[in-house]
Amino acid sequence: MKTATKRKSGKQTRKIVYTLTGVFLGCLFLFPIYILVLNSFKNTKGIFTDVIGFPDAATFTSQNYPNAFEALDYIRSFGNSLWITVISTLLILLISSMAAWVLVRYKTKASKFIFLLFAAAMLIPFQCVMLPLVGFASRIHLMNPAGLVFMYMGFGTSMAIVMFHGFIKNIPEELEEAATIDGCNSVQLFFIIVIPLMRTILVTVAVLNVMWIWNDYLLPSLIINKVGWQTLPLKTYLFFGQFAKRWDLASSGLIMCMIPIVIFYLFCQKYIVKGITDGAIK
Amino acid sequence: MKKSKWRFWLFLLPALISFAVVVLIPMLIGFFYAFTDWNGIVGSGINFVGVQNFIDIFTRDNSFLHAFGFTASFSICAVALVNLVGFLLALLVTQQFKGATLLRGIFFMPNLIGGLLLGFTWQFIFVSIFEALSKSTGWSFLSGWLSNPETGFIGLLILTVWQLSGYMMIVYIAQIQQIPESVKEAARIDGANGWEMLKGIILPLMMPAFTIGLFLSISNSFKMFDQNLALTQGGPYKSTEMLALNIYNSAFGANEFGFAQAKAIVFMILVAGIGVTQLIITKKKEVEM
Repeated sequence: MKTATKRKSGKQTRKIVYTLTGVFLGCLFLFPIYILVLNSFKNTKGIFTDVIGFPDAATFTSQNYPNAFEALDYIRSFGNSLWITVISTLLILLISSMAAWVLVRYKTKASKFIFLLFAAAMLIPFQCVMLPLVGFASRIHLMNPAGLVFMYMGFGTSMAIVMFHGFIKNIPEELEEAATIDGCNSVQLFFIIVIPLMRTILVTVAVLNVMWIWNDYLLPSLIINKVGWQTLPLKTYLFFGQFAKRWDLASSGLIMCMIPIVIFYLFCQKYIVKGITDGAIK
Repeated sequence: MKKSKWRFWLFLLPALISFAVVVLIPMLIGFFYAFTDWNGIVGSGINFVGVQNFIDIFTRDNSFLHAFGFTASFSICAVALVNLVGFLLALLVTQQFKGATLLRGIFFMPNLIGGLLLGFTWQFIFVSIFEALSKSTGWSFLSGWLSNPETGFIGLLILTVWQLSGYMMIVYIAQIQQIPESVKEAARIDGANGWEMLKGIILPLMMPAFTIGLFLSISNSFKMFDQNLALTQGGPYKSTEMLALNIYNSAFGANEFGFAQAKAIVFMILVAGIGVTQLIITKKKEVEM
């Protein structure tokens, strides 16, 4: 009886220790975001005189957000980022799942070699192809958003194919054989039978690609050179060049760029965590 | 079932074409460019210079070697810290207490925010907030951050730990949850305390996750670009320039595209070499376990 209560109180203390550690670390992790939010409501003078404290009547302003919104050309940059991310991801899913399916189902030498090629390409760092790609792209008129989407397809297929390949291998082929006997052609077979079975892995790969493409800076900075075509990360970088010491605008701009990601996270948390775990294990 | 050849190629073609145009062909052209004096300007001639670019990496321009040293020491520290912190966070949030799920979300969130935004955010923290803290507390070590190589290094390290440890935490949580409750229960009945449990049960069973964690964090920190660009821009005086940024500056700063391409190939060999070695070593260890 005595040991039981002792154990119970030990458990209680442990819980308190965990909670306190958790709260402390949580605050530490949120600190940078908190500081940004705080300063996004101060005017330049407020940031200059007291960067840590709360804004007071003399330093409070709500003008930073509209100003940064305008300077970032937010709606257009957001729209560009959104459609480029969505279209690229959908196309990567489509072409990679098609390729992975036949690469699994055809056990020929060519099939094995091509799969190996895709897998090995995952080791190539972007810097290694970036210069020739840019030189090449300008010659075949790919220096525009459509070209950017095409490049994401090329860079995205490797990882997607490797992940789909591993998944399709575990789908029994009998189902497809039965459907063929029933008169399905290849296209029907793929879209009616195979794709629905791949639901979970499609979501995983989609999440990984969305996170990568949405946040990507380097590739668009090399490909997109026209005002009006810029994505959000690109605009953020230019914005910083322009307003280097204007932290009132910068902090609110940064917060506005983070909001879409946080919303995406809140809605798709389950899938994101699953995507990360599955993606890491591959 | 009879499988037609045309179906194979038809389904493969879209992926193969985009992959070939975007990765394969530029890669092959890149090998050629690495042996030339290509300057990236349209219309100017390209001359074959043999292995001169590769010799130059070690003789003419020592910035690449410096960047390599910086990247290597940064990666070693980052990999150790990110995995340690990630593992400890995973241990914490897999305990049962109120708010553990919320904490998971908080620790993981920095990961979703792009490196560029993170770099700018931390630049503000290090430069403005640290300076203000230094003034109000009198601690001089908080002053002048990012204005010298040391604080640039530590700054990058803090940013990376803040960003990546939540990612590693997710990887480690998945593994911790796979440890069967019965094994832990058996150890508890045998009288194992917390530390013995960690050393004897949890750590050995975590090995597969450590392979993944090490591999992910090393390739992430070795290839780091956005954070480097946004936080320090390689400064002061290129002292915190990492490999990816060094290649970028060689090309777009100095217009030495051929030279930059040679660096990129050395970079690829390094990255691929590290990745493959890491995988072989840790896979071997897993079998022994």
